[in-house]
Amino acid sequence: MNWIIDLGANTLFKVIGIGRAFLMLTGALIAFPQWKNVSLTIKQIYVVGVQSLLIIMVSGLFIGMVMALQGYTILVGYGAEGSLGPMVSLSLLRELGPVVTALLFAGRAGSALTAEIGLMKATEQLSSLEMMAVDPLRRIVAPRIWAGVIAMPMLALIFSAIGILGGHLVGVEWLGVDSGSYWSIMQATVEWDKDVVNGIIKSIVFAIVVTWIAIFKGYDAVPTSEGISLATTQTVVLSSLAVLGLDFVLTALMFGIN
Amino acid sequence: MNDNLVEIQNITFSRSERLIYDDISISIPKGKITAIMGPSGIGKTTMLRLIGGQLKPDKGDITFAGKSIPSMNRSTLYQTRKAMSMLFQSGALFTDMSVFDNVAFALREHTQLSESVIETLVLLKLEAVGLRGAAQLLPSELSGGMARRAALARAIALDPELIMYDEPFAGQDPISMGVLVKLIRALSEALSVTSIVVTHDVNEVLDIADYVYILANQKVIGHGTAQEIKQSESPLVQQFLLGQADGPVPFHYPAPSMQAQLLGEDK
Repeated sequence: MNWIIDLGANTLFKVIGIGRAFLMLTGALIAFPQWKNVSLTIKQIYVVGVQSLLIIMVSGLFIGMVMALQGYTILVGYGAEGSLGPMVSLSLLRELGPVVTALLFAGRAGSALTAEIGLMKATEQLSSLEMMAVDPLRRIVAPRIWAGVIAMPMLALIFSAIGILGGHLVGVEWLGVDSGSYWSIMQATVEWDKDVVNGIIKSIVFAIVVTWIAIFKGYDAVPTSEGISLATTQTVVLSSLAVLGLDFVLTALMFGIN
Repeated sequence: MNDNLVEIQNITFSRSERLIYDDISISIPKGKITAIMGPSGIGKTTMLRLIGGQLKPDKGDITFAGKSIPSMNRSTLYQTRKAMSMLFQSGALFTDMSVFDNVAFALREHTQLSESVIETLVLLKLEAVGLRGAAQLLPSELSGGMARRAALARAIALDPELIMYDEPFAGQDPISMGVLVKLIRALSEALSVTSIVVTHDVNEVLDIADYVYILANQKVIGHGTAQEIKQSESPLVQQFLLGQADGPVPFHYPAPSMQAQLLGEDK
């Protein structure tokens, strides 16, 4: 009978955890409309956004280059290498841009957020905020969530743009695909609503989920070195799984039903 | 009129099925230094968190200036906390801010004062703890004793009615300890602030405390003035004051008998 008790206790523990996470998110989102938070949010956009630019740009460049290389070897067999532009751009705008950016964001900024907030908890900084009558949800959590939501779609667009340039570098400059067809077929094929906007929507959803997981895991971490280490790992693993799972659901909703 | 700023009335509190307090009552008189002492792990810090409303008791009530802390809603609680402050054991200074900005933090958050007035107030608070010259240092550049004093300057920034000191002397060298004892006494007298000092440093706290509570075994095992406590005949109190390893507070953590465990009889 013990396993039934354990199962019940574990389920209850998880449900309570999800409840706490929702309360934290709600509290943080409600706390946003305060003028003082704007400068804090801008600072966090710099920390999670600007400081992630290098890894996003380098990754976007190489992924675009690899896609062009792989795409060319397949398309050239059918004499369709002129379609390299749309292949690279659609893959990046619809899928790889939002998804890989979210995965990199989880590894680069998400883990840092978890560790930072976990350490603030371990060193009693969150408690001291509460005792100074300053709500940590407003001062610490809200600016970070909004910074993630603002920064990640921009990072995803930069990722896709650099990827398309990387594809051009390999496909046009190196492998000799016609530059005019690379850009003109891309222009004719890529749709603003269906491809660009849907990619941005995906990115916003991923941003909310990744930032939420990262901050909650830090906020809820056991305040010991092992606890923070575990929370950081969980952030990266859970965020990555959530991004990949949600990507399928969003793709099905956006592109799968016609 | 009630002369007690904080009243802890018959509270029972447990955490993870472990009973921490069993029907405890404590009164904290206004403008005095009250010490709460007891062995490590007895839940002394928990008591401060209960008073600050960060935890809620299972039973009983805690009042601050006559208002019940556990039954306050979130906004009232945050409003009430502006009249209290806490000196954390670790100092809990914000590591990304200078000492000056740490002390100015609460003033910037809760007042509409101009930066020049805030600067004057911060420098006065830092002068009071002897750290005016360290205003621009980062917390990582401070020694343990200096960090504790910087945190004390931050704690008095809003001129609170109540200051709670969580193990202020823990891990301090004799000079830092002497400085902190002097500061706590001086601040209490100069600001007429009510102080609660949670500690197990018997000698230091008995020198400055107006009233003392000793906690052990989930109960208040003794209370009175420093003199009354020293003369207490309670074996529990004497064990604590004299630092005896074994006695009414047992040396051994509860366990089955050694013989039964070695022979496997407890399985």
